[in-house]
Amino acid sequence: MAAYTLRRLLGAIPTLLLVVVLAFLLVHAAPGGPFDSERVLPAEIEANIAAFYHLDEPLPQQLFRYLSNVVRGDLGPSYRFRDHTVNSLIAGALPVSIMLGALAMMLAAVAGISAGTYAALRQNTLTDRIVMAFAMTGISIPVFVIAPLLVLLFAVRLQWLPAGWSSSDSAWRLLLPVVALALPQIAYIARLTRASMIDVLASSYIRTARAQGLGTSAIIRYHALRPAMLPVLSYMGPAVAAILTGSVVIEEIFGIPGVGRFFVQGALNRDYTLVLGIVIIYAALVVLFNLIVDLLYGVLDPRVRFR
Amino acid sequence: MRPIRGALLLILWMSGGLFLSGCGAADDADGRSVLHRGLSTDPESLDPQKARSVQAADVLRDIGEGLMGYSASGQLVPGAAASWQVSEDGLTYTFTIRDNARWSNGDPVTAAHFVAGLRRLVDPAVAAFYASTIADIENAGKIIAGDALVTSLGVEATDAQTLRITVSRPVPYLLSLLTHPSTFPARDALADIDAGNSAQTIISNGAYKMLAWQPGSHLRLERNEHYWNDAATSIDIVNHHVVVEETAELNRYRSGELHTTSNVPPENFNSIREEYGDEMRISPYRGIYYYGFNLARPPFKGSPELRQALSMAIDREVLVEKITGRGEAPAYSWVPPGTDNYNPPRLSYANLSQDERNAIAQSLYKRAGYSGENPAEVELRFNTSATQQRIALAVQAMWRDVLGFEALLVSEEFQVLLANIRDGRNAEVFRGSWIGDYNDATTFLNLLVGGNPANVSGYVSEAFDSLMQRAAMQVDPDRRRLYLEEAERVLLADHAIVPLYFYVSKHLVRPEVQGWEDNVLDYHYSRHLSLDAVD
Repeated sequence: MAAYTLRRLLGAIPTLLLVVVLAFLLVHAAPGGPFDSERVLPAEIEANIAAFYHLDEPLPQQLFRYLSNVVRGDLGPSYRFRDHTVNSLIAGALPVSIMLGALAMMLAAVAGISAGTYAALRQNTLTDRIVMAFAMTGISIPVFVIAPLLVLLFAVRLQWLPAGWSSSDSAWRLLLPVVALALPQIAYIARLTRASMIDVLASSYIRTARAQGLGTSAIIRYHALRPAMLPVLSYMGPAVAAILTGSVVIEEIFGIPGVGRFFVQGALNRDYTLVLGIVIIYAALVVLFNLIVDLLYGVLDPRVRFR
Repeated sequence: MRPIRGALLLILWMSGGLFLSGCGAADDADGRSVLHRGLSTDPESLDPQKARSVQAADVLRDIGEGLMGYSASGQLVPGAAASWQVSEDGLTYTFTIRDNARWSNGDPVTAAHFVAGLRRLVDPAVAAFYASTIADIENAGKIIAGDALVTSLGVEATDAQTLRITVSRPVPYLLSLLTHPSTFPARDALADIDAGNSAQTIISNGAYKMLAWQPGSHLRLERNEHYWNDAATSIDIVNHHVVVEETAELNRYRSGELHTTSNVPPENFNSIREEYGDEMRISPYRGIYYYGFNLARPPFKGSPELRQALSMAIDREVLVEKITGRGEAPAYSWVPPGTDNYNPPRLSYANLSQDERNAIAQSLYKRAGYSGENPAEVELRFNTSATQQRIALAVQAMWRDVLGFEALLVSEEFQVLLANIRDGRNAEVFRGSWIGDYNDATTFLNLLVGGNPANVSGYVSEAFDSLMQRAAMQVDPDRRRLYLEEAERVLLADHAIVPLYFYVSKHLVRPEVQGWEDNVLDYHYSRHLSLDAVD
């Protein structure tokens, strides 16, 4: 398994490189530049700014300069936040996004797997249908509808929780964003778990365990849960990477200084370096989490061998 | 079992956080007064010479100070300069810096610091956006172009407290220019701020100093005890909360977390106004929303009747009442009202009824060679946003109903729109807006002078340009004003652009906030504000 991991990590490097180069070309292909605005600048000032940021060099030269900096760990200056480097912006925003994303995924996993298992055990009864109906609403109501409703109820009306990130230092400011982030995930995971659990519960070894007198909760805990988690795990690999890099909508509604907002605003502002820096992080996270998921397959299903 | 235990652990973890602190409270733990303001976006820089946005200027006005400033009601007042003298020919200004002006670390602010700041502004190595603010100072243009040394700029510190500025032609609004953050002093000509790592090491000369800056979240400012007028500053700590989404800002205001907002969401404007009454402050703002024509190409090139017909066929009252509906004023001139020493002329049909305007528009349309059978068809470009879409739809409908003119709506991302307007290949009619940089008519009129790179319409009129040049040479403010007003009359008669409405600034301000006065610049310095005790 160690050799497998090492091979995967090394193989990730050319992938990341390719991603960065492609992203660089795409980002520069978009019309408009980082310093365009309604106030058209005099030509000399534009020239000065372009020279300052090396934007007047030919594209291959800019790409080479960027890559040689990245290799040394320098993601460059931000074009939009002129007092900050991309490194410092990401260093400030990534921990926030990761904390939110991790909490949301944990909540989603716990709640989703519980709900899905509960429904699977009561397949086709009224309870099952009710639980799945809740799951459907979680998927179908968009987050930009749910989140403001949560804010309106808990922050404005009841005043139990802060409406904005910067208005409070306590951990309670995490609650609403985490719940809002987790709700659609709970829904997906519940549905996946239910379907997969129903499949597993119909297998012959489960029937054998029941015949031998094992109770339901023991069956779930020792025999059914792990194989049922395989599809959920496949889903969660990329889902965790996506959540960790932030949900723009949640971040904008709650004013959270996370990576998702920087990404989208960076694209709209043509802040090339910030966008590319976040692309690198995101790509690395996707690669990492896919690797973790593949390794976890081995833990969940001993029949899996690593080659 | 396991899931339930997991859930319990989660809940325990979260309750283990610190207790809720100062949720929008007006007093922090030490009894210092704290103001919570909404800011609509992060400043791009807190370096006065590198900043360019309105939001950056708002924060910079709190932490820095220029030679001049504004009072709470928008009157020009001395800032770091105690007094000044102007030579007879209007070309030399001599400022005396206050001897009690101090930086936030206690060092005195000297004339040399202002020299350093102004030199930085024109230095090509700094690449300042607002370098052209001081384009009229001697040699500024050459330095920006790289043809002269920075030290040749017409600013000189004749001694520690005396600053001499030499301009190449009379600039009656120079004092108003010197309120702009780009002219703030710098401690060192080579100074560079690294706010990312150490916001609190930024040394500034205003009423407040930086404590912390978390991009995307907030900026925290603290009273600068060394400020020369610190005794007049009431609030100890100012938090500028970066809230991009207007509805989210409204919710935070409602929940008591913000004392003032930077905006009001357009969606439920009327119900908010009913709910909040006096807390909503609406005031004319020095900005205009207009539709521009690409005058370098047909059909608008050489076709003043068509342009006038299009301008007349728009019912601006309906636009501001029904479409935008936030108290904007219909625009029949280019320069907004409230501009210093200026009375804007209005379009000739400003006082007619809309029916009368429509009739004249129809006859002009025919005279331009178009009709129902031979309609003109152009693309109307605007940036993707609900408000722009609604305005464009309304105007499209008005043009079609009154004239039979077909406008194809093209919604583009903002940067793409700007690129299209600038290169002039695709743009025919486009949405534009302009916000004045200083309180003088030229900040609007200069936009349409021939040869100005910001003149994206391609408007070139000898009459207009020569009137503007003659105005620039006047020392007497009244004569200057006559020339400028005449120039605007020419501009309006040519229908180079279609003014639609003038902006208003809209804020929600809690009743316990005192000192917030509406002004056309929309400047609300934190040092003019105070908080009443709330029971």
